[in-house]
Amino acid sequence: MNEKKEQLRIEILKYIEKNSRVNLGELAVLLGVEETDVANEMAEMEKEKIICGYHTLIDWDKAGVEMVTALIEVRVTPQRDRGFDRIAERIYNYPEVYAVYLISGSYDLLVTLEGKTLKEVSRFVSEKLSPIDEVLSTATHFILKKYKDHGTIMGAKKESERMLVTP
Amino acid sequence: MTRNPLSKKIIDIQPSGIRKFFDVANEMKDAISLGVGEPDFDTPWRIREEGIFSLEKGRTFYTSNAGLQELRNEICKYLERKIHVSYDPKKETLVTVGGSEAIDVGLRCMLDPGDEVLIPQPCYVSYLPCTVMADGVPVTVPLQHENEFKLTVEDLEKYTTPKTKVLIMPFPNNPTGSVMTKEDLEPVAEFVKEHDLFVLSDEIYSELTYGSEHVSIASLPGMRERTIVINGFSKGFAMTGWRLGFCCGPEVIIEQMVKLHQFAIMCAPTISQYAAVEGLRNCDDEVQEMRKSYDQRRRFLMNEFKRMGLECFEPHGAFYVFPSIREFGMTSEEFATRLLNEEKVAVVPGTAFGDCGEGFLRISYAYSLEDLKEALGRVENFIRRLRGEE
Repeated sequence: MNEKKEQLRIEILKYIEKNSRVNLGELAVLLGVEETDVANEMAEMEKEKIICGYHTLIDWDKAGVEMVTALIEVRVTPQRDRGFDRIAERIYNYPEVYAVYLISGSYDLLVTLEGKTLKEVSRFVSEKLSPIDEVLSTATHFILKKYKDHGTIMGAKKESERMLVTP
Repeated sequence: MTRNPLSKKIIDIQPSGIRKFFDVANEMKDAISLGVGEPDFDTPWRIREEGIFSLEKGRTFYTSNAGLQELRNEICKYLERKIHVSYDPKKETLVTVGGSEAIDVGLRCMLDPGDEVLIPQPCYVSYLPCTVMADGVPVTVPLQHENEFKLTVEDLEKYTTPKTKVLIMPFPNNPTGSVMTKEDLEPVAEFVKEHDLFVLSDEIYSELTYGSEHVSIASLPGMRERTIVINGFSKGFAMTGWRLGFCCGPEVIIEQMVKLHQFAIMCAPTISQYAAVEGLRNCDDEVQEMRKSYDQRRRFLMNEFKRMGLECFEPHGAFYVFPSIREFGMTSEEFATRLLNEEKVAVVPGTAFGDCGEGFLRISYAYSLEDLKEALGRVENFIRRLRGEE
């Protein structure tokens, strides 16, 4: 890939990471390139799974929807040949699992889970997660408040206090 | 009372003709503004945090007159890195209360009564009154729209006399956004040397150039010894309220500037100085991100103007565009006043920055894209209406 193309891709990604709803014509203007270039690169990157989706950051709390988010530390025994991948797969295939990360340090996998109630989350841990043979132990932490998520400070909206006109 | 408490000098300095406009605009709280000359970004958190830490540590004392040595060291490294000119952090560097103080003190230190100062216009509002207060004679050099408001030797030739001593170089320029490339600067530098002038180079917008790196006139051969480079943290680091600037130049001038600064100011705010050290050491990425945002908005505005058919040269610096409104047959102030009253959008008439700004508006893009879109929509309504009237 030539340098210019790579540069454009990075510019596009950086922009849409924060604002995926921008229309292509406008993005082209902002980046100083042709609209077709932006459209082509985005289509290619979608195909290559560089762009994995266009999601929306929601403050469910504000929306009045009860939601429990848990961070679960999981210690596991890695399997021969497959390492952690197979165990991770067994966990991430559950739809209620929001994210699974392999972690360095005192435990192996960090699983984030979204459920409607505490009970639902604890049932998942006791009925699905813990019984997996390779799982040695789990520690569940419930999120009490999200201050910042995906690089965005939740609920932050500040009025400008600048003067209207200055030289 | 028969005795006038005021000096003739201060009375003779005319308040800016558009101060009335500024006052009206600043009172109109529901207006959308494109009139601000400062970044919309908050100061990067790591800088603010360093300021808070300095307060917690009780660093509430004076620093040395010329500024914290640690900061002066960082300033010199920064200039070396950015404009490739080296200065002695002990003898050739002064930390000031904003770039504005450096302009004032610099002129006071360089001018004798009657010395003429070349002031290319349109430009920031303080050069002229500061020259007068320093007993100099301001000579304005009107720049041409046709030259994208760059300074040329032809402009200089018209206004240089045997009394000319100082040339102000206000680039990247507020209000036009114009920049001077190395090629543009070279003939000017030759002219300066030929006429044995000194240069006050106000490079406060040096971090904000688009498409090419800022070039300082001080970096050209033979110019370091006749140039004071003025810069600061307000624009590039989004630190306007911290009031912190600096200047570097030959020891013979800086030494005297430190003397004046010592009597008038004592030292720049200590908390700001500590915070700025962090800015120079660790904020390249933040500065770069802000620059990128400004550049996107600049492109957005240029595209909108093109779409509306509003004449505007493409500026490559600062965060201003300077479109022409000559097609509407009214003065800049009339246009700005009507735009404010009819569409509640505040822009600054070009004449705020000198007579040759007549026929132009300064539009700032130190605003979020959302704000710009809303405001530009209103500007479009307005000019459509004007064109319909004709």
